[in-house]
Amino acid sequence: MRSRAFDWESASLRAVFGALAAVAVVFLVAPSVIVILTSFTASYSLKFPPEGFSLRWYAELAEAYQMQRAAWNSLIVAFWTTAISVVLGTAGALGIARSRAVWARACEVLFMSPLILPALAFGFAALVYIHLLGLRPSIPLLVLGHVVVCVPFVLRTTLAALTQLDPGLLDASYSLGAGGWMTFRRVTLPLIGRGVGAGAFLCFMASFDNVPVSLFLADERTEVLPIHLWQQIETNLDVRTAAVSGLIVVATLALMVAAEKLAGLTRQLR
Amino acid sequence: MLVWLSLHAEPQLETLTPAHYLAFFGDRFHYSILWDTLLLGAKATLVCLVFGYPIAWICVRASARWQSVLVFLVVLPILTSVVVRTFAWIVILGRQGIVNQAALALGLVDEPVRLLFTEAGVVMVLAQVQMPLMVLPILAVLSRADPNLADASKALGAGEWRTFWRVTLPLSLPGVIAGSILTYAACVTAFVTQTLIGGARLIYMPLHIYSQAVGANNWPFAAAISVVFMLAVLVVVYALERAGRASRSYVHA
Repeated sequence: MRSRAFDWESASLRAVFGALAAVAVVFLVAPSVIVILTSFTASYSLKFPPEGFSLRWYAELAEAYQMQRAAWNSLIVAFWTTAISVVLGTAGALGIARSRAVWARACEVLFMSPLILPALAFGFAALVYIHLLGLRPSIPLLVLGHVVVCVPFVLRTTLAALTQLDPGLLDASYSLGAGGWMTFRRVTLPLIGRGVGAGAFLCFMASFDNVPVSLFLADERTEVLPIHLWQQIETNLDVRTAAVSGLIVVATLALMVAAEKLAGLTRQLR
Repeated sequence: MLVWLSLHAEPQLETLTPAHYLAFFGDRFHYSILWDTLLLGAKATLVCLVFGYPIAWICVRASARWQSVLVFLVVLPILTSVVVRTFAWIVILGRQGIVNQAALALGLVDEPVRLLFTEAGVVMVLAQVQMPLMVLPILAVLSRADPNLADASKALGAGEWRTFWRVTLPLSLPGVIAGSILTYAACVTAFVTQTLIGGARLIYMPLHIYSQAVGANNWPFAAAISVVFMLAVLVVVYALERAGRASRSYVHA
């Protein structure tokens, strides 16, 4: 009798949690699926389910030059942001992980702060700052702004990888006669490579997707894709936006699968 | 650094004056926006917690293969562009969207319901957009928790629900709080989602800063409200952080 009551309770807990989780997973995935389905519509409106099937909106993208330029700008900015962030983030993580000093903790907090503080406020501050310096918005400045917000991603995954690194391995390398640089290249780097890789991937996506900073640091010449899309959605909703969105979702998926295979992304995030 | 910067910007543009801060706190309009924003973050964070916790809970109990699949599904939205995700919600929540079509077809409503440009809509979309930030830290804590503790609780005669409330949940509190901090911080500053789903009528702090800075070209005032906003977020984060520290000492005790 008692065991039956016990089973019922176990089942009810599982049922409640299972139901909530199922709703949550659908909730998480549905928007991406719907965007892709809608982008194949044959009509002019963003109706779901889509009316008819066609690739016309994808074909129209070939003529959307403004959007193409914005996308190209985004890719360039994201590439440079990632490159710089990886170097700075890895170096920073190495410094912070080696030291137990108070300043190292302070640096960690400082570098992580862009994750917590409103990025929009930073974007605005950056605009005021470069204005005071008498500079005009340009791609290098945009990259610089993105680096500040994107470094935490590299720093976090690299720090996590470094804490799992056995210091004995470094000692072994040194005692076998390898210098500091050689130890870094042959021992440290291969061991933390996955952490750095996952961080670089997150950093690229964060930069490609960044609105708050780009909003202030980009002008018409240096318009990036998220801003362009944002303005498109605010002014006139057209199906080309869905087509671009579909492309972005598919590209993200492909990159994620690649990152998963190469760097074990889902393991790095935990 | 950021606070220093936005404070520093003012005296360059005019003489140093607290007038903008006085203006902010002197007008109900401004601090009602701040309050709305902070409240919005709290609501969205709560929704994330209610739905995100079960995902993490199930994930820990799943086989390694399913675990990867689940984490993959959770991470997918956060890596897809925020603009794209928000756009998807416009398609879903719009007058011709799925929710309205389904409700009409089922006869639940007679005419399309306004879902876009309402606070409920913003909360819902924010919850979806930021949910991964909640799930991942909880998952990390849950997968480190000692399963023997839950088994011990059950062996001592506590039911599954009791074990969850008294053992599993308290043990995972540090993860819950870490997740809440990230989610909260992301929600209050989610400019794109707030503006696109909230529209022009629902004003939250990020939009307010943006419109003051770019629209009204009132830089000093925008800087002042940025600082107020950042401080407010910091206070909330700090309070959560303190709660997190308290919960950690409880776990280790």
